[in-house]
Amino acid sequence: MAFSVNHPILYLFSGIVVAFILAQSVYFLVKAAARARELGISGATIRKTVLSSALFSVAPAVSILVGVITLSQFIGLPYPWLRLSVLGAVTYELPAATLAAGAMGAEVTQTISDARVFSTIAWVMALGILSGLILVLVALRKIQSGMVSLAGRDKRWGEILTDALFLGMISAFVGLLFARVREGLPGFIPLAVALVSALLMAVCGLLMKAFKWQWLSQYALPLSMLGAMALSIPITALMGGGH
Amino acid sequence: MGKTKTVVNESAYERSLHAAGRLWGSLALLLMLLVPAAISLYFNAWPPLAPFLKALLGVLPMYWTVGIIEVFTFVPMLGTGGSYLGFVTGNLTNLKVPAALNAMQAAGVRAGTEEGDVVSTIAIASSSIVTTLVIAVGVFLLGFLRPVLESPQLKPAFDNILPALFGALGVVFISKNPKIAAAPLLFMVALFMAAPGLSSSVSILVPVGALIAIAVARFLYKRGKLGSPGERG
Repeated sequence: MAFSVNHPILYLFSGIVVAFILAQSVYFLVKAAARARELGISGATIRKTVLSSALFSVAPAVSILVGVITLSQFIGLPYPWLRLSVLGAVTYELPAATLAAGAMGAEVTQTISDARVFSTIAWVMALGILSGLILVLVALRKIQSGMVSLAGRDKRWGEILTDALFLGMISAFVGLLFARVREGLPGFIPLAVALVSALLMAVCGLLMKAFKWQWLSQYALPLSMLGAMALSIPITALMGGGH
Repeated sequence: MGKTKTVVNESAYERSLHAAGRLWGSLALLLMLLVPAAISLYFNAWPPLAPFLKALLGVLPMYWTVGIIEVFTFVPMLGTGGSYLGFVTGNLTNLKVPAALNAMQAAGVRAGTEEGDVVSTIAIASSSIVTTLVIAVGVFLLGFLRPVLESPQLKPAFDNILPALFGALGVVFISKNPKIAAAPLLFMVALFMAAPGLSSSVSILVPVGALIAIAVARFLYKRGKLGSPGERG
């Protein structure tokens, strides 16, 4: 059978790796849940953590699927399926594929038909993003003990240090909301959506306090996020986006 | 592996987690590389060396650096199990890290403790399972799903996933620590307004924000503005 970006064998290769990733996730889930019980974390908390993380992941997962569709126009479905199920994101895979195709004198404006161009793209995409995984495999223990000594024996400083790390990440993404504000009203759409999401989260917080709805704490983030995504549709229409 | 026993107070669970994490992670790494190898073998189409190296040179310096920085930024938040799993399954900033942070916050446990580690691992594993299943089902049902996913009506919702996520996450963590948050926030807002082109490099700016936040936190802590120093743990 001649090469095609959607060749059945490619589905088989990708399917094997995806099944492996799934097995790995299940293994870690079972292991961590067992340890959680030993540590006295209640079954209800474990269940809520699983459910809320699962609920939270649906919308981003669907957006990853949209990324698979984008890439599939150039390099077929099976390989992007694999790449976006493991390390990597559309923001990395697309430039990597474009660079590899360019080096082979091809373009990613149409479906790749040459097996050698495809294999070059496949190798570059796979190799280009491995550093994080390799470093974790080789040195996670050392990095963690380094972090422990950085925090020292001062427990309060250790807590502040992790909070500062969270805030560093959050501030970068909050800053990103302002990237397009100089483009006029449509440039404020991301900011408006973020404010709506923050407002929904604050409402959840108030409801939890007022009615003692502790169960809501696990679901506040997914609910606020989905609510803000839904509201982004009228917000975009109102603020003149999409023109 | 005997020489790595310098780590203090490592529980039996932690030790077995490191062993399992390395085994699963190494196998995943091997599989990720076996796929392009199998493609090259099956179709008898190996990449020509010169273009291959040229493309690799275009990708490696930037993405290998980002990958290394991500490890140092995210490992303290994800914990042992979460790191081994998160760095295999990817999508850290838009999925795994927020899932872990949200779960630890809701369960009332802290990153860096064994309880935090366990809750973070449960969150990341659940998130990975759902994500993998959604993508797999989506790939096989694409014929039905494509018109919905690509509909212009839904486009704003997908365009605004990150604002929707970081708005909700931001309000919780910023309101908990406004003193630490102010400086990195102002810096990032000013930076992105001055240079909108940096949007594609946001992952490089995460550790920059973290360094600013840590510097501010250290300064405030030393001056006694963030609780009393020296509570020994």
